[in-house]
Amino acid sequence: MSGAVTDIANMAGTDWLPVVFIGLMGLAVVVYAILDGYDLGVGILLPMGEADERQRDIMIASIGPFWDANETWLVLAIGLLLIAFPTAHSIVLTNLYIPAAIMLIGLIMRGVAFDFRAKAAVDHKLAWDRTFKLGSLITTLAQGYMLGQYVMGFDNSWSAFYFCVLSALGVTAAYTYIGATWLVMKTENALQQRAVQWSIQAGRAALVGVIAVCVVNPLVNPGVFDRWFTFPLVMFVLLIPTLCFIAFISNDILLRRLPKAGDRHCSLPFYTVVGIFILSFTGLAFSFFPEIVPGQLDIWQAASARESLQFILVGAVIVVPVILLYTAFSYRVFRGKATDLHYY
Amino acid sequence: MLDTLILSRIQFAANISFHILFPTITIALCWILFFFKLRFDLTGNPVWMRAYRFWVKIFALTFALGVVSGLTMSFQFGTNWPGFMEKVGNIAGPLLGYEVLTAFFLEATFLGIMLFGINRVSSRLHTISALIVAVGTTLSAFWILALNSWMQTPTGYEIRDGVVHASDWMAIIFNPSFPYRFVHMLLASGLTAAFFVAGLSAYRILKGDHKQAPRLALKTGLIVAAILAPVQAFVGDLHGLNTFEHQPQKIAAMEGVWDTEEGAPLLLFAIPDEEQRTNHFSVGIPNMASLILTHETDGVIRGLNEFEGDHPPVKPMFFGFRIMVGVGLLMLVTAWWAIFLLRKRGELPTWMLRVLVGMTFSGWVATLAGWYVTEVGRQPWLVTGILKTADAVTPVAPSHVGLSLTLYLVTYVVLMWAYIHTLRVMALKSVNVEEFETSEPVADGSLTNLPREASLNFGHSTQGGVQ
Ligand code: HDD
Ligand code: HEM
Ligand code: HEM
Repeated sequence: MSGAVTDIANMAGTDWLPVVFIGLMGLAVVVYAILDGYDLGVGILLPMGEADERQRDIMIASIGPFWDANETWLVLAIGLLLIAFPTAHSIVLTNLYIPAAIMLIGLIMRGVAFDFRAKAAVDHKLAWDRTFKLGSLITTLAQGYMLGQYVMGFDNSWSAFYFCVLSALGVTAAYTYIGATWLVMKTENALQQRAVQWSIQAGRAALVGVIAVCVVNPLVNPGVFDRWFTFPLVMFVLLIPTLCFIAFISNDILLRRLPKAGDRHCSLPFYTVVGIFILSFTGLAFSFFPEIVPGQLDIWQAASARESLQFILVGAVIVVPVILLYTAFSYRVFRGKATDLHYY
Repeated sequence: MLDTLILSRIQFAANISFHILFPTITIALCWILFFFKLRFDLTGNPVWMRAYRFWVKIFALTFALGVVSGLTMSFQFGTNWPGFMEKVGNIAGPLLGYEVLTAFFLEATFLGIMLFGINRVSSRLHTISALIVAVGTTLSAFWILALNSWMQTPTGYEIRDGVVHASDWMAIIFNPSFPYRFVHMLLASGLTAAFFVAGLSAYRILKGDHKQAPRLALKTGLIVAAILAPVQAFVGDLHGLNTFEHQPQKIAAMEGVWDTEEGAPLLLFAIPDEEQRTNHFSVGIPNMASLILTHETDGVIRGLNEFEGDHPPVKPMFFGFRIMVGVGLLMLVTAWWAIFLLRKRGELPTWMLRVLVGMTFSGWVATLAGWYVTEVGRQPWLVTGILKTADAVTPVAPSHVGLSLTLYLVTYVVLMWAYIHTLRVMALKSVNVEEFETSEPVADGSLTNLPREASLNFGHSTQGGVQ
């Protein structure tokens, strides 16, 4: 019998607070992957030709009002890990020391390039655009690599390394995919047509990536294999890849018909990719829950003191809905096609 | 060879020192921006809007640097100080968590509306967004300083199985040094931003800018500075008294007092010598230190020798403190003098403008000096009486820390250069072009009702096509 089921069965008797917090953390991670995913993807896609400057302006304008808040979900995810599971936080971050540092450098390059490009002397603008693109790419690769390391339980063997490289490429493809569909939704005319092409290519690459990870993960992690392929869970588990596959294919078909007259269905690809992200994440979470460091620690062993969790939970219950509300408000304010940005 | 501990300490100091430079500006600058926008809404005088538009761009740039360097900070506790989280994670975690939940999301989301939303929301809502961002930055300072102050003067906790647990959150947040540190830091931010605004405006005027907006900003900066500087000296004094009560060894090091003394002098200058445990070349005012700290001319100050082996290094404390107070007094004199000149002649003489340009970043010097005094003064403890810095450090190999440190340092040097260079470019550009030179904006409504074409033209004509 798989560990998850017994653990979940035991849960009623044990402490439920860690479960709430792993749920919140999961939420923060998915929201981060979706939101910063699309703005990193847009950064990766930035075309660098001489004649592309106007398109670069629009692409960056489409993420301008959001990137800072998007990144904050990463701070929240790391913060929640720290708040709720301090031992896991230390293990994960000391093991990922170098890739985390590289990711931070990438995030720094990207975050500042965004502002400098608009204010520097004209001749430096292109250099900042390159920094923006490179920073987005570094961040994404580092995140994919860290995801791979995490899944492999911080193993240092060569096979683990190849898996991490695979995962880095897969995440890059996925972020590019969501970024490209974001552009399909937020842009018009020539740029939109380009974005459609990008979406089709990135979507196929992401599909290959997802399949590869799905095949390799249960092979190298026996625990994951057991969990996926024992009855009755196998029914549920097979549902996820099936839905995912359908989403990929239908999106591909739809994208090949875009743009349609009157810009119909232009936001559908983006929402489909959001669905794919949520499904993939559910699959991943299912592989490991309730372990927080695969093979080493579960959430109850890693949880911090009750009084600390209660203290922050009170705040979270009040504040998180408010955050979601004003985030929705901000997307409402900036709805519609992206236009030039001006600092006022 | 440098070990992981010393490298991690250098890295932490480098990262936080770089980070704090930007929050010190943004926290108060945002309130100044709110003031500009509010004045425009109330008076309809377009000069306020021009001042706002110039400074909001600088704010956006500074804020971006604050965000990305802050991101590094939030990872560092896990990567370099795992012992810290394991020991006091129950306290540090929730405080940092509240900062993210109540402050970071608020700032980040409304910043988007504040910077880019003016054509999409009403002028009033736009002003409110600026206010919300200002509240957000201040809240962020509130939580992080609660944590830092708790590390200095911990209360409201108990230790079970070697791990710190919270017993009283109110006592943890409002620990004895928190109110002083919070107010002192907000004032420090106010002074830093005030001299920053005054300095850059003076630079524009010196470069031949004849417009009203930089003069208005200059005056605002000077008035803010003139009010805050004496308040800061007063609050700093109270802060010192509080530290004297809770961390006497820190004050002894700041004042260079070796032996417990009645009627200790206030040393204006000296070179403390830790080997021989005495001061060289000291110049002081008799009994003054006792008077300040105990309010009696012959009050007792406990000397460093009472804390041998358990007090911070003396030299950085002694000089750091004097640098901070020195800059503080210089700010006081400059601000009052400049205001006096302004009232008398209506315009500042060139030499005073030069002085102000020279003092553009004086707030950074005092802020860093103050933080070094506070943080070095806590050593060898990371959390006073609970956790030593050396016990918190990461097991990661020194070569890894060396690599990350090198990466950060290179990045910071490039960014600092780019930041200051860009500030100059922006100031110089604004000497020749004026925001809104093509049409006069009027309060409420018209801003957001600008025809889209017109607003696009603005962007290009006024900013040389660089947006
Ligand atoms: C007194 C003020 C102060 C101090 C001592 C610190 N910070 Fe800070 N921080 C701010 C004041 C601030 C701010 C004003 O809220 C910032 C600066 C500019 C900005 O964008 O927000 C910010 C940004 C900022 C961000 C990015 C937030 C975002 O995404 O919007 C993070 C993650 C941190 N900080 C984390 C830290 C950590 C872990 C610190 C200590 C070790 C720290 N800060 C010290
Ligand atoms: C914002 C301004 C700050 C500055 C300029 C600053 C500076 C420093 C410096 C120079 C040290 C090294 C002292 C030494 O090793 O001798 C230090 C130590 C430390 N400070 Fe701060 N600090 C700041 C704020 C904070 C805050 C807000 C926190 C926590 C919430 C914090 C946590 C620490 C920790 C964990 C150490 C130990 C690591 C070390 O010794 O390097 N600091 N800080
Ligand atoms: C003019 C008289 C001033 C006095 C008497 C004074 C006093 C003090 C004292 C005693 C401390 C250390 C407290 C401790 O660690 O326990 C401190 C820290 C500090 N000071 Fe000052 N200060 C003055 C001016 C300034 C100015 C002008 C600035 C910046 C613009 C500044 C910024 C800081 C900062 C950022 C800290 C560290 C954070 C804190 O502990 O509050 N100070 N100050």
